[in-house]
Amino acid sequence: MTPALSTQGLSKSFGALAVARAIDFELPVGARHALIGPNGAGKTSFINLLTGALAPDSGRIRLGEADITVLPTHRRVRMGLVRTFQINSLFPDLTPLEAVTMTICEREGVARRWLGGFGRHGALVEEAHALLERAGLGDEAERATRYLPYGKQRLLEISIALAVRPRVLLLDEPAAGVPERESGELLEAIAALPADIAIMFIEHDMELVFRFANRITVLVAGQVLCEGPPDAIAADERVREVYLGSRRHG
Amino acid sequence: MAEQLFQLVFNGLAYGFLLFVMAIGLSVTMGMMNFVNLAHGAFAMLGGYLSISLTGAMGVPFLLSLPIAFFAVGIVSAGFEAVLYRRFYRAPQLSQVLLTIGLSFMAVAGATYAWGGQVSMVHVPAWLIGQTHLFGTEVGSYRLFLIAVGAAVALALVFGLERTRFGAMVRATVDNRRMAQSLGINVNRVFRLTFALGSGLAGLGGALAVDYLGGLQPIFPLGYMLVYILIVVTVGGMGSTLGALLAAMVLGLSDAAAKFYAPQLASFAIYFVMVVLLLWRPQGILGRR
Amino acid sequence: MSAGGDRAAAFARRSRWRPGEILLWIAVAAAPFAFPDRLVLASQILVTATFALSLDLLLGYAGMISLGHAAFFGIGAYAAGILTVHGWTEPISGLLAAAAIAGVCGYLAGLIVVRLHGVALLMVTMGLGLLVAELANVMQSVTGGSDGLSGVTLSPLLGRFDFDMFGRTAYAYTLVVAFGAFLLVRRIVHSPFGLALQGYRENPTRMAQIGAPMAARLRLVNALAACIAGLAGALLTQTTQFVSLDYVGFERSAEVLIILILGGGGRLYGGLVGALVFMVGRDVFSEANPQYWYFWLGALLVLIVLFMPSGILGGGASLWARVRSRRGGAAA
Repeated sequence: MTPALSTQGLSKSFGALAVARAIDFELPVGARHALIGPNGAGKTSFINLLTGALAPDSGRIRLGEADITVLPTHRRVRMGLVRTFQINSLFPDLTPLEAVTMTICEREGVARRWLGGFGRHGALVEEAHALLERAGLGDEAERATRYLPYGKQRLLEISIALAVRPRVLLLDEPAAGVPERESGELLEAIAALPADIAIMFIEHDMELVFRFANRITVLVAGQVLCEGPPDAIAADERVREVYLGSRRHG
Repeated sequence: MAEQLFQLVFNGLAYGFLLFVMAIGLSVTMGMMNFVNLAHGAFAMLGGYLSISLTGAMGVPFLLSLPIAFFAVGIVSAGFEAVLYRRFYRAPQLSQVLLTIGLSFMAVAGATYAWGGQVSMVHVPAWLIGQTHLFGTEVGSYRLFLIAVGAAVALALVFGLERTRFGAMVRATVDNRRMAQSLGINVNRVFRLTFALGSGLAGLGGALAVDYLGGLQPIFPLGYMLVYILIVVTVGGMGSTLGALLAAMVLGLSDAAAKFYAPQLASFAIYFVMVVLLLWRPQGILGRR
Repeated sequence: MSAGGDRAAAFARRSRWRPGEILLWIAVAAAPFAFPDRLVLASQILVTATFALSLDLLLGYAGMISLGHAAFFGIGAYAAGILTVHGWTEPISGLLAAAAIAGVCGYLAGLIVVRLHGVALLMVTMGLGLLVAELANVMQSVTGGSDGLSGVTLSPLLGRFDFDMFGRTAYAYTLVVAFGAFLLVRRIVHSPFGLALQGYRENPTRMAQIGAPMAARLRLVNALAACIAGLAGALLTQTTQFVSLDYVGFERSAEVLIILILGGGGRLYGGLVGALVFMVGRDVFSEANPQYWYFWLGALLVLIVLFMPSGILGGGASLWARVRSRRGGAAA
């Protein structure tokens, strides 16, 4: 079956610094795929290449059957490729309800209407409200985003991505910066993500990785080191070396 | 024909060097901290009026008034930086624009109050008035002086940036502020000193400009000179000394040429070229990113 | 009704007219009776308010800085004047034609500015404004240059009302046009498009990541803002029967920016509040000493940036929110 997202020979360099070296990658439909690697391995750059924030030097990117290598970001999003950000990228003066409603309006192609009001788009607002309720943001839905605690903002970050109805979801360190006591809601939200979405997430928190991933790719210095199911990766010597140095345990 | 061309180039160079001296401080500070300081023209004006007062009422020789203007404006600007500008380094660009426009308005009003709304002149020594014999032809003495001073400033800057430790710190901070900080460079101190130096140079430029412009008026900070200075900075590329020099020369020469061939269209042509150049390269000719 | 349905209804109701707004407009309409000898100033305040409203759409809602917005005001003003000089003296159609011309220019400007950010955007908008001002200066045969355009005459409004020297007709005309422009902008900002503009203002990068084709949207908002600015300019020309170089140019661009910031951007009424405070203030000061006006204006700007960056309306809103939360706390 055609993978939901794939790359062939994806490469990108900034002068002498190669952030991606001929990366071949496949994300099957419904995947729960983790991308791990030491700092500076090129994980976020890889997401930037996938979304179109960075233009590759060579290689191809496919979303399903379609070649999206040269498409601008917003076109890729409309085709179902959505990302979240490692540091929240939200709309400080808008309320969660406004932000999610706006996203849904974009999805439905309604956002170009500049003369009509929201009266006739009640269903979209209801959908936004329901989505926020499911994410546990129902009570804060009408407070400006800037006043929300960080954990709630993180939930909003994911909710906005979900409102687009992605086919492929790229999560950049979803748990980053979330304090211990707020991470429970976040983890539940991630676990509750629809099964038909293909998800790739970058994470440093190994507990999260082994809890949610059914497949792991290890990226080092812009290259794929190895790939496989979690227990295989955990047992792999090369991975241990990369993370822990070449110490040997007894 | 060749004589006319020579005069044109000469005048263009003189204007170019003047613009360079006034603009280089703004270029470096904008390149370093991304701080949009539209009050830069006010510092230039202050230097101009200082020179006028010193050479007029106090009988200070013109040549001495120049370094005095440089140091005095530098110190005053350091005061503003400490009290006001410092709070706005992380502020949105619009806030910086409004703050500095507001300061410019206050400067215009203050100058009108202190020196009057009429055109004020500076008292230059006799040997700077009239013409000098150069390369078989007669050229304006003051313009020759401008070229000499401007070239000296440019050389001093290049030497300072390339050969001194402080210059290296300035270059590093402009290049990559975060990296410079992690290398142990006190970025804030570098900026403050650079800002004072740059504003001081603006003051020097203002003092030099008075005679060239035929007198100084309080509206100076909001006039076309500010626009020209901004053009030099943005078209040259923020943070690039060579870029500022190139842009200043091109602007000076274009202005001289336009005034000669089509005086009515001079400003129009310059603004037009600026827009086209920035659309082609938004970061400026030698700017980064 | 479900909770979601409630929320949807509440969301749509945000665009309902509030009692304060209605009172405000009644007060504005009643001005001729309260200040019968200040109608000229009152008209100018409304014109400036409409101009500031157009900038509010661009800057307050979409977050696009412009240091050259007076270009469109000037284009509308000169277009209206030049049309009458060449025989098109019917006011309303002339007004709309001038606004349309400004709108087209705005769209063309949008083609070049939408991809710019930061300092480049500041400089290019300033440059475009300066270009238009220079054009007006240089094309003296058409615009009258620094002497201004003379010979602007208008036929009676609606065939009956002459523009009398007491300014009554002018005020009524200005009021209707300003209110119309205001209704239009109100509609725009409460639409899905308006919400998308605010999203762009808050976070341009994220808008692309939710699939918004912002370039096209921004071109449209540039055109709309230019159109309304041109409408204001044309209105001024028609009611004063004069156009000159200070309708266009950097000082006017800076002035309208200050007025909007003074009142507070992104709140629909910031332009009106700012225009009122600014122009009444200037009127009062220019009698005393014009130089002091420049000083206090600059000082006001510095103080706003330091202490009240969201302007009068923003500061008022924060104060109101604090008062309400205190009252709520006391009641609990």
